[in-house]
Amino acid sequence: MPNVKSPKTKKKKSRANVTAETMAAGQRDISVSEFFAKNRHLLGFDNPRKAMLTAIKEAVDNALDAAEEAGILPEIYVEVMQQSETRFKLTIRDNGPGIVKAQIENIFGKLLYGSKFHRLKMSRGQQGIGISAAGMYGLMTTGKPVMIISKTGKKKPAHEVVLKMDTSKNRPTIISDEEHPEDDKLFKDGHGTQVVIELEGKYQKGRQSIDEYLEQTAIANPHATITYVTPSNETIEFPRAINELPEEPKEIKPHPKGIELGTLIQMLERTDAKQLSGFLTGDFCRVGSTKAREIAKGAGLTGQTWVKTIGHDDAERLYDSIQNTRIIAPNTDCLVPIGSKALLAGLLKEVQAEFFAASTRPPSVYRGNPFQIEVAIGYGGGLGRDDSAKVLRFANRVPLLYSQSSCCSFKAVAETSWKNYGLTQPRNSIPTGPLVVMVHMISVWVPFTSESKEAIADYDEIRKEMKLALQECGRKLGTYLRRRKRMAREGERRSVFERYIGEISRSCNAITGTDTDKLYKALMKQAKRKTEEADALLDDEGNPVDDGGRLSKDEDVIIVDDLQDIPEMQDSLFEDGKKKKKSTKKKKKKTTRKRAKK
Amino acid sequence: MAKKKTTKKKTTRKTNRVVDKKRDEKTKKKIEALAESVATKALKQKEPNFEIPTRSISNMKYNKKKRILEMGSNTQTRSLFNLGQARKFMQSLLLAKGCRDLIDAEKTLSLRGMYYMSLHTIPGTKEKTFNDQGESDGILEDLEVSLDGLREELHVFAKKRGTMVGNISIVDNGDEIDCRRMGTGGYAIPSICEPNVIQFKDCDADFILHVEKDTVWSRFNEDRFWEKHNCILTEGSGQPPRGVRRMLHRMHKELKLPVYCLLDCDPWGHYIYSVIKQGSINLAFESERMAIPDAQFLGIRANDYERCELSDDVKIDLNDRDITRAKQIAAYPWFEGKRDWQREIKTMLGNGFKMEVESLITKDISYVTEEYVPSRLKEGDFLD
Repeated sequence: MPNVKSPKTKKKKSRANVTAETMAAGQRDISVSEFFAKNRHLLGFDNPRKAMLTAIKEAVDNALDAAEEAGILPEIYVEVMQQSETRFKLTIRDNGPGIVKAQIENIFGKLLYGSKFHRLKMSRGQQGIGISAAGMYGLMTTGKPVMIISKTGKKKPAHEVVLKMDTSKNRPTIISDEEHPEDDKLFKDGHGTQVVIELEGKYQKGRQSIDEYLEQTAIANPHATITYVTPSNETIEFPRAINELPEEPKEIKPHPKGIELGTLIQMLERTDAKQLSGFLTGDFCRVGSTKAREIAKGAGLTGQTWVKTIGHDDAERLYDSIQNTRIIAPNTDCLVPIGSKALLAGLLKEVQAEFFAASTRPPSVYRGNPFQIEVAIGYGGGLGRDDSAKVLRFANRVPLLYSQSSCCSFKAVAETSWKNYGLTQPRNSIPTGPLVVMVHMISVWVPFTSESKEAIADYDEIRKEMKLALQECGRKLGTYLRRRKRMAREGERRSVFERYIGEISRSCNAITGTDTDKLYKALMKQAKRKTEEADALLDDEGNPVDDGGRLSKDEDVIIVDDLQDIPEMQDSLFEDGKKKKKSTKKKKKKTTRKRAKK
Repeated sequence: MAKKKTTKKKTTRKTNRVVDKKRDEKTKKKIEALAESVATKALKQKEPNFEIPTRSISNMKYNKKKRILEMGSNTQTRSLFNLGQARKFMQSLLLAKGCRDLIDAEKTLSLRGMYYMSLHTIPGTKEKTFNDQGESDGILEDLEVSLDGLREELHVFAKKRGTMVGNISIVDNGDEIDCRRMGTGGYAIPSICEPNVIQFKDCDADFILHVEKDTVWSRFNEDRFWEKHNCILTEGSGQPPRGVRRMLHRMHKELKLPVYCLLDCDPWGHYIYSVIKQGSINLAFESERMAIPDAQFLGIRANDYERCELSDDVKIDLNDRDITRAKQIAAYPWFEGKRDWQREIKTMLGNGFKMEVESLITKDISYVTEEYVPSRLKEGDFLD
């Protein structure tokens, strides 16, 4: 970490009697853990409230990853126990495959230790910093070690390990390590892991709270069951909505266009391949022997060139050649989106809206990394009508709660022109109205703006895909809103006509003697037809509006309420008296909803 | 309820009324045709509608030859299945039915009576068929034009307004009335002055003097002006109602009496003259029966302030609305080509003030009757 070193040197330089030798005495290795212990804000432990959330988040992410990888439907238990005003004890338990005893100390006691960093595979965790950093934070603020209990199988004993991290060495210090007797109560499935961390924290509900995080996690992981025990000892259940595990994502090799020169040189040094052709086809995806020859030729080399003879200049030419060669985009079967159906299921159980739409984009590529965007929206119902829309951001199924405005997803929502879909939107801002927008980015490598994984970096390719997905959902919403508005209007029209038809038939009857009933029925029939005809009219843009049937047949759309329940939108011809009536009706509805929720 | 009450009142008033059976049959046929077309269209599942000639300045033509305003051929469709027209459509049919009932009963009703007759709450709602009389008055005018039948043919009349006195006797609904012996009040000109109601008996008058309002008319009547100058004296309470205009028209046409108007020197007065002479925009379909293209404007003139040496006190400043209105009137096609009128309006605008007929009273109580009008008549100083 050169930037840590340099201030020291500077200081000493100002003094006259300092020599290179005395300076050398103060120069030494800095362990990663030491660095992050001092710069814990980089990992998301800037303040007590956020620190506690980050700790839970890291543990839950790991738990979900582990269970999914082992093909187990995840069941997560989260407990936050308040011990004093600022001290909390967190317990996170999963039903995952467990961790073998030898690895426990490394995973929980070492920063940057893990399976996820070196591979290109879609997973929640990426760096292997998270959970050990949480333990480190707990140790620093309370002095208490981390306790891990893990069981890997029914017949195998559970291990209880208590450990501390030695930050100066980035190594764990084991305090105790023994077989845990009462395992069956903890792990019903016979396997799983439990972590207990004590730390300094602050519990507060509302935005960016643990509650919010778990709620959103439940939306993005409808296949998981989450049980949450709050500090006030309330138990909140987020039940499973889908009994199917998402497909196991495939691991992929890097794409040639996705690496930088330094990485290329490193890969050349480390490869097992002897010849360039073998290196290119074996260590990258999407490179066959023809492509390999083409790349080599472009760099003035051949496929038979020995890898060991490739020097720095050659590597640079090779890098340029890669950039100039057309290579097909990476396979995208490494991406497993939540899927529109599951997304809607997740949103439906956590958001009180009346209209839901989802859209999953085909996979795309940024910087050689495949990625995919999913968007879902919820509109109306019990959502706040006057607030700004709520944007729920996810990356690889993990909710992102902080740094909203610097996130690519948020920008994409603000850049989408929602006015076209019948919503109000202040300039350069997200729309207002009863709207929840969920944006999910899936990738083998999500480009976060920092290690604390709070916001997605703003790549044009990513933002473009997000906007396309948002627009697709927006169009569906627009169709729905227009249709709803029109139906309200037509209903009103019909009632206007109906009101007068009686009078007209009676008058006609009085003048001409035509049968009143017959006339009335004929006119009513016509009124009905007229208003139905108008239902099939063209929309504002002149396109035929698809009828209700098509929208509700759309698999990516869920419409919850009957139309009668939504009077708010219609441009009313009614007199004040009627309007009032309707609004009271609405209020009533809201209260019943609340009750139902409880 | 309302219907019974009003009709009863009318029956006591009208005893030996003359009924034009032939005309009534014709009107009835028109109403029935309207309703029939609605019913037929409805039963055939076609959109029920009817055409109404447009009553606005855009559909107005000035007939230079006849020197009257005429209605153009533009019509608008009123249909039931149009949100903006549904209510009016219903009201039209209600009033059509009301008129037919009146014709059947051989009775007439005032505009207000007509409003009450068709007023009720629509079953199953809190909505009334009419919100106020204005709404029904407008629909009645629509009915008149679309049925091509006049208000009086529909057995509806307006509130009485306007007075008459002079060297003439007439028969009103069978009663002989001598307009020379009307005391201070004068003969109230009825709303319907059709030949079947009013006939002229004997007339010695040489001309008709029409004044703007009641106060001036009283001055002339008290001074027995009509006796001295052998004329008929009428008054229309501002903008003359249809009855007064019809009466003037008939006397002018049938008795060959010239008409002179004594009106205020302001845009309002000028427009009254315009309506008497060419007809009104709203009732252009009746111009043929109402307009008097030969009517002359006697005063007050803009130069009277100097000519009659009036005091400063009579000046009333022109406001912005007056000025725009005056310019509008000057631009009407029937004023456009008249240089005298253009000069008159220009002088008034140049003066920056308007004058009422009453302003002449500042000279002397009877100045207007003894000096002003006689000298104008003698000199033949009129605006055409």
